[in-house]
Amino acid sequence: MNLHIDLEKKLGKFFIQVKTEVSGERIGIFGDSGSGKSTLVNFISGLLPPDKGEILLDGECLFSSQKGINISPEHRRIAIVFQRPMLFPHMSVQKNLLYGYQRCRAENKRIKPESLIDLLKLRPLLKRGIENLSGGEKQRISLGRAILSSPRLLLMDEPLTALDDTLRYQIIPYLRSVSEEFLIPYIFISHSLTEMQLMTESVLVINNGRLVEETTPEGLARNRMAKSQNGYLNLLPLTNPVDHNGLFAYRWGNNTLQVSDGQLNGNGLFELSSREIILFKKHPEAISARNLLPARVMEIFNSDGRVGIVLSINGEKLIAEIVRSAADELDIIPDTSIFAAIKASSFRRLA
Amino acid sequence: MLLTPEDITAIWLSLKIALTATAIALPFGFITAWLIVFKTFRGKIVLEVLINLPLTLPPVVIGYFLLLLLGKNGWIGELLNKSGFPVIFTWKAAVIASATVGFPLLVRSIRLGMESIDLQLIEASRTLGASWPDSLLTIILPQSLRGIIAGSSLMFARSLGEFGATIIVAGNIPGRTQTIPLAIYDYASSPSSGKMALTLCIISVVISVAVLLLHEVLGKQLDRRSFL
Repeated sequence: MNLHIDLEKKLGKFFIQVKTEVSGERIGIFGDSGSGKSTLVNFISGLLPPDKGEILLDGECLFSSQKGINISPEHRRIAIVFQRPMLFPHMSVQKNLLYGYQRCRAENKRIKPESLIDLLKLRPLLKRGIENLSGGEKQRISLGRAILSSPRLLLMDEPLTALDDTLRYQIIPYLRSVSEEFLIPYIFISHSLTEMQLMTESVLVINNGRLVEETTPEGLARNRMAKSQNGYLNLLPLTNPVDHNGLFAYRWGNNTLQVSDGQLNGNGLFELSSREIILFKKHPEAISARNLLPARVMEIFNSDGRVGIVLSINGEKLIAEIVRSAADELDIIPDTSIFAAIKASSFRRLA
Repeated sequence: MLLTPEDITAIWLSLKIALTATAIALPFGFITAWLIVFKTFRGKIVLEVLINLPLTLPPVVIGYFLLLLLGKNGWIGELLNKSGFPVIFTWKAAVIASATVGFPLLVRSIRLGMESIDLQLIEASRTLGASWPDSLLTIILPQSLRGIIAGSSLMFARSLGEFGATIIVAGNIPGRTQTIPLAIYDYASSPSSGKMALTLCIISVVISVAVLLLHEVLGKQLDRRSFL
């Protein structure tokens, strides 16, 4: 997918002006609330016309103030998953799901409702009304409804923000698998660094109506390490948990990690803040932290006065964060060997 | 029963006029409410004032304006006369009078219903491939049903009670244009017909209660079947 945007609009006191060209299948738009992210979504989908400029999707002009082109939303084939599910209250789950499908031209229909309904595990809900469904179920239906309209681009406008933590990470695999399975590129809008890391491969950063940075989710997380409340968030997929003296011993590549907030059934995705990792130059004889891992320093980067240390632990990557003076004292340079200590309680289970 | 054949005609005529006026006004009321709620255009405020004017004007004034418009020398009246379709002093004039007077009530109720619709629902439908008329029929219309039912009941009830505008444009011709309120007025003017007036009053109450009950029942049904 290739998207060319060059547009501006004045909305009261707010002025938005964005010019960029992005290519990729999983693009993120990152910014605080009120930065203009949703306005951009409305421009791309055709719900709000810019004052001037142009939008090209895969070479096709969707909007051009110069040429007088403004393709209406229903003809753009760009579906949106909103922050709230926005299901039609007077329709059953099935009717909601098929709303876009029935309006899609035969030559564009390429997704079979049956396979999607199974993928999203919606079959038991089909005949029900939309009241009394859980937030997660509603958002899955909203996603299914958007996908079934066979869009050529899917806009996800903070689709996880209204959900609680547990549900959020239950939905992410659906969001990813659906667009991968049916080859639908998406633009994912959020103000969460973790979501950006999980959902996107490149990121546009919007601030105060301007495009301020084009980066990768990794670059974004590193840049914001010092400012962000939890530093850099390492995302660790851990597998094969076993009980170990009241803790959970998970496999992490070739390593074993002891985690207090685990579950014996199945694998899990865990979050570990860069600030929860303590580095030792030499092997400490005895420490209370349950995880002491020999590591190799791969890379060192700066982020607003803080130092990020990229560690390789038996082939697995982890980013630790220390202050400048500590980095000097420990004399950490690339390729040195050090030890990383992590408390079992520092891992936060996402899913 | 104390009802004369003219009274029975008046009852049927009242129902016929109120029903026709509501049915004719409904599509216009729906479109007007939609324009006011969802569209921005020049002169919107003028449209709003014009629509609400019958609420504040005495019905007799409205009747008089309609008479000027539909009468022999009126713009529309002349045209209608030429085409052999005279309206003035027929039941059709009563329909027009009722429709004009009840219209603001209808629009207000539908508008309230429409204003409570989440705009993103409509946006969602548009991005899913629905053109605006499609969205109007499949999202806005069903979501405004409660307002439409409330507005129709109000307007129907208001039409049943219409007096001032009707007597001016349709007259008070027993058996032809005399509705319940006009008949009651006639009876009330003669000292010996108190019972007749009371009978018609009771019938008015019965019809009104029936309309209100129907409104409640339809609303309840809507609640129950809201997802179908």
